[in-house]
Amino acid sequence: MNSLFQGFVQAIDLILHLDPVLFGIILLSLKVSGFALLIATVFGLPAGALLGLKRFPGRDLAISTANTFMGLPPVVVGLFVYLLLSRKGPLGFLGLLYSPSAMIIAQTILATPIVIALCQSAIVNVDPLIRQAARTLGATPRQVTVTIIAEARYGILSAIIAAFGRVMAEVGAILIVGGNIAGYTRVMTTTIALETDKGNFELALALGIILLAISFSINFILHAVQKKGTSILT
Amino acid sequence: MKLTVSHIAKAYEGRNILMDCSFSFDRNGTYVLMGPNGCGKSTFLRICALLEQADEGTVSYSENNAALQPDMALRRRITLVLPKIGVFNTTVARNVAYPLRVRGMSHAEIEARVNKALAFVGLERKKSQQARTLSSGETQRLGIARALVLDPEILFLDEPTASIDEENTRIIESMIGDMRKQGKSMVIMTTHDNAQAERTADRILVMERGVLEGHPNLRTE
Repeated sequence: MNSLFQGFVQAIDLILHLDPVLFGIILLSLKVSGFALLIATVFGLPAGALLGLKRFPGRDLAISTANTFMGLPPVVVGLFVYLLLSRKGPLGFLGLLYSPSAMIIAQTILATPIVIALCQSAIVNVDPLIRQAARTLGATPRQVTVTIIAEARYGILSAIIAAFGRVMAEVGAILIVGGNIAGYTRVMTTTIALETDKGNFELALALGIILLAISFSINFILHAVQKKGTSILT
Repeated sequence: MKLTVSHIAKAYEGRNILMDCSFSFDRNGTYVLMGPNGCGKSTFLRICALLEQADEGTVSYSENNAALQPDMALRRRITLVLPKIGVFNTTVARNVAYPLRVRGMSHAEIEARVNKALAFVGLERKKSQQARTLSSGETQRLGIARALVLDPEILFLDEPTASIDEENTRIIESMIGDMRKQGKSMVIMTTHDNAQAERTADRILVMERGVLEGHPNLRTE
């Protein structure tokens, strides 16, 4: 209990004193997870929409795969990316191992199946009457698709929030491929793991509280957008 | 615009829904297609509105004796309102604006047309309300407003009062009456209510077990 309280006090102290090292760590965490989320959304949303809207051979297999990959263990992803990027690996020539780029790749692999599976689910759950209404009102096939995606906007936003939560809290993969190098690849979760190992529980807790506060703020903002948002066509 | 249906037939899973239906809708006014539930009225309407294809026969539109291609341009001149309308998750006004937005109309024109359509169905006071909070009767009126905003040349109404209260039924029938008086468009609606058919129709058609019995029951004014 004492450690918890001290952690909370230290968290406030660190924030109030604008500790540059801490802010560097927070910024890198947001950059890595933000980029990973952006890439995952750019690929995952169209893929999820395709799976939600079209019927084609192999669709069921693709949905099952995306659902399975939602639960990918981060350390396994870390290992996989490590083997890809290590000097003897197929992409070793890129020299990305132990860099923020490697961390982004690992987190993208973790986030993409979440975006695909949850977007597919959000789109497939749009009332079939919406498609019919759009068609009867003279929408072109492309406009019908946009309308359905727009109707699923809250579910899609939830998918993105879920993926963001997953990558922000993740430690196993980025520790393996990033190496937790101070000032270069050290992010909040890897710092928490390191400080806990060192027995520096107050600092670890302080970082944990800050991480939680950031996640809460982002979720709160997205939820507000979700409540207020209107769609493109409707 | 004239709609001619020739010898259309449709079957689902081996069951005949429509058999050799032919009719020519060639005058503005209200045609009412009557018949018991499950007789094939809705399927007939969907085929006429180009939302479904018949297994046999043809549906053709023409204007000044020239055939019109069943393309997007033609589909945008006709509109079907289903018994259960799909309500977009936004305000009443934006729902009504939808068909105009997909046609790329200007903001000013959309606003004017939306206000006019909402006034016609008596929903002008609810234009900023979330559409999914409307009652079922109001929702049906919203569906009609969303179709009327386009000034369609042919308006198909599939059981427009099937699941709503008397008050809203009266309002919708009066709207159909107003459209009739304006005489600008053709309304083709289905109902299983004989009294409603009598109240609203210029011409009545009867469908029984997938067979259209047009002429013997035809009433002309």
